Amino acid sequence: MSAAASKTTPLYDQHLKLGAKIIPFGGWLMPVQYSSIMEEHLAVRNAVGMFDISHMGELVASGPRAGEWLNTMLTNNVAKLEVGTGQYTFLLNDEAGIIDDLILYRIEDEKFLLVVNASRIEDDFEWLRAHLPGSATPATAEVRLENQSDRYAGLAVQGPKIGELFAALFGEGKELPARNQIAQFDLGGTKLWIARTGYTGEDGIELFFPAADAAPVWNQILENGKSLGIRPCGLGARDTLRLEMCYPLNGSDLSPEHHPLEAGLGFFVDLTKPQFTGREKLLREKRAGLSRRLVPFRMKGKSPPPRPHYKVFRDGEAAGELTSGTLSPSLNYGIGMAYLTTPAPKPGEEIEIEIRGQKFPAVIEKKPLYKKP
Amino acid sequence: MNVPEDLLYTESHEWVRREGDQIRVGITDHAQAELTDVVYVELPKTGASYEARGTIAVVESVKAASDIYAPAKGTVTEANKALESNPALINTDPYGEGWIFVLKIDDPSALAGLKDAAAYKTAIG
Repeated sequence: MSAAASKTTPLYDQHLKLGAKIIPFGGWLMPVQYSSIMEEHLAVRNAVGMFDISHMGELVASGPRAGEWLNTMLTNNVAKLEVGTGQYTFLLNDEAGIIDDLILYRIEDEKFLLVVNASRIEDDFEWLRAHLPGSATPATAEVRLENQSDRYAGLAVQGPKIGELFAALFGEGKELPARNQIAQFDLGGTKLWIARTGYTGEDGIELFFPAADAAPVWNQILENGKSLGIRPCGLGARDTLRLEMCYPLNGSDLSPEHHPLEAGLGFFVDLTKPQFTGREKLLREKRAGLSRRLVPFRMKGKSPPPRPHYKVFRDGEAAGELTSGTLSPSLNYGIGMAYLTTPAPKPGEEIEIEIRGQKFPAVIEKKPLYKKP
Repeated sequence: MNVPEDLLYTESHEWVRREGDQIRVGITDHAQAELTDVVYVELPKTGASYEARGTIAVVESVKAASDIYAPAKGTVTEANKALESNPALINTDPYGEGWIFVLKIDDPSALAGLKDAAAYKTAIG
């Protein structure tokens, strides 16, 4: 195993104790599953599951001009972000290529928490630092940027039983933050930021707190969730859950080769803002008409599970490859996503996926692929 | 980990049961535990011939596709159609209902290179 893939989270020993299978992911050694991806996936859909997301990065930007500056660095509108609220957003390069997708939380009026992808922490930090308002313009040189990734542990606790679990942990008096909101809580002396956000399509929360307290917090949540059927969940279930919702995975569905509009995520890009990195390119693309689009699909009949890089065919012609693919544990058929060019792909269009030399029928769908019954 | 004494084993975690001039083949308990959640099995066609160590079937979990190899040169006489509707039989009963195919082998002495239970146990630690 390469040295680049040797970082471990503060919960690594807990994962081993629980019998997790460990894989390298974005430079980290992470649990891919504990017992079964299927069972972990269904625990999140039907009860509650907990993921270690301590590998994800936490950047903190603060100062009187932090919000104004971030609004020029990110695609969503920071001006509309109230204190105690988060928004999904993109960090783009000058050509509107996606450096990262992240959630920006306004934790204080002049303080912002950026939760970024594990494999992008250094790139994001360097990019942002290089674009900090310079001392040449003292009026705006009032932004402090810190990479606090190593100081934070992170957990995602997701599933319909989150309300009951939250009550068990904090008592009936405390209320869950509203959707996309973030607030501070105390759990046995540990100060936690808790956000009502997630990557599974289920109700749930994400917790960010000092790394030193990772194991006791993890174990306290497992203990309190036992009667609710909580399961520790690995990256395997995290991937199947997010793909059923058509949430993109950075490095697979998103990359500097793609921009958010063609990824179908224009909702998180505010083109009415006067200026942000990548805006000009996005306006040009929009005016010209998008040349490709990321679309979800499902397999029509019985087939092997579709997987990333399998080839897509339209009218018998090679038309690209999958960026994501799996068997959907909720739906019990194959699902995936791919970028398709012209003609513009539409829901209902029949396509084929090549698996080991054989073509299997599939159909383009609308987002999300999975809807709660 | 269950490693029955009366079977032979390959390096690639297939088990082999001799049945006259044929062999019945599946994947070991250890292999199914490593794969977990078998969700699809691509079976060989009856009548097709395979070289020793040739890819003869594919067992897929949620996370990965794994090739299954012919333990010896031979011709497929049976494939376990039950796996098409219930691939999880490989997880629940790897040495029984979870068998994958039966191969009529050209040369029984080709099995001499396989491991016995003790050697396989050592190999998987």
